[in-house]
Amino acid sequence: MSDEARKFLYVNRKAPHGSIYALESLEVVLIGAAFEQDVSLAFLDDGVFQIVKGQDTKGIATKNFSNTYRALGDYDVRKLYVEQESLDERGLTVDDLMELTHDTDDEDDLTSIIVVNRSEMAKIMSEQDVILSF
Amino acid sequence: MSTLHTVNKSPFDGTSLTSCLAHCLPGDAVILIEDGVVAARKGTAAATAIEASLAQCKVYVLGPDAAARGMNGETLATGVETVDYGGFVELAATHDRTQSWL
Amino acid sequence: MKFAIVVNEGPYTHQASDTAYQFTKAALEAGHEIERVFFYHDGVNNATRLTVPPQDERNVQRNWSELGKAHGLDMVVCIAAAQRRGILDENEAKRQGKDADNIAEGFRISGLGQLIDAGIQADRLVTFGD
Repeated sequence: MSDEARKFLYVNRKAPHGSIYALESLEVVLIGAAFEQDVSLAFLDDGVFQIVKGQDTKGIATKNFSNTYRALGDYDVRKLYVEQESLDERGLTVDDLMELTHDTDDEDDLTSIIVVNRSEMAKIMSEQDVILSF
Repeated sequence: MSTLHTVNKSPFDGTSLTSCLAHCLPGDAVILIEDGVVAARKGTAAATAIEASLAQCKVYVLGPDAAARGMNGETLATGVETVDYGGFVELAATHDRTQSWL
Repeated sequence: MKFAIVVNEGPYTHQASDTAYQFTKAALEAGHEIERVFFYHDGVNNATRLTVPPQDERNVQRNWSELGKAHGLDMVVCIAAAQRRGILDENEAKRQGKDADNIAEGFRISGLGQLIDAGIQADRLVTFGD
């Protein structure tokens, strides 16, 4: 393998809280950031629920890790692809999602959320070196 | 550049197969494994979707998983090919990446 | 070709570990290399040596241990996932003040970085889960 950064895509298709996959996927992303690869996240199907705003887990006594998505920008994880059709099917719009941002040298608070349609998502998937699904 | 997609869920239990087929590109391949194999049973609602997608991608079923679920060549949807574990490895090697639709 | 294998479910409840094992075995038989087998989520439960399945059933943990030994496989259990689920090696048991360890032969406990590293080093990464 060459020393060039590889393209890693984390595919999130499961809702949070009912199982541990979303939380443990996020842990991989945060650790993986130190490896300076070309990282993207994909949210489709029930995975879009992972980044819905207003999550409150006090009543189920589990860790509310949804705020951790806000830290992704600080880890230079800047490409969060969200599938439009998956939002539509679930009665969601981009306004229902958390504001997830990153800073660049020139500008602060740029949005990391990139809404794409299904065929664009398929193309993004087809351009990766490694796809990690949880 | 092509992708091998794996689907291990029954199409009657969630969106894995539907979502996989909707993200398949020409030249990709899909392998049905574990409970995913039931989608390839002739005459199921899912078999229609599979037969339709054969126009642009190849669909395989993992033979040992199909046999374990009472399926054989005769009960398999038209156009679906059967491979063993060695064939699964070969497909993973000959496509550029593998994507698991868990 | 170099494969990295990711196992995200434990033994017996789901078929994922069985399929991963058969795939790994077939890859080795075909002359491929296995860069690493990484156990994550409930997949860490494949690494306890304390399981006692009925005699007429496969022993998932032992199958992995034997395959690992025969081929010198690097079988890594994620430390964060393992700590949550009570999979410990001798060092971890001591460090955490626990009275026993349970990791099986051939497995080692390490960090999530080993998963990313496997993705970088291997030509193909294949995930088995539920």
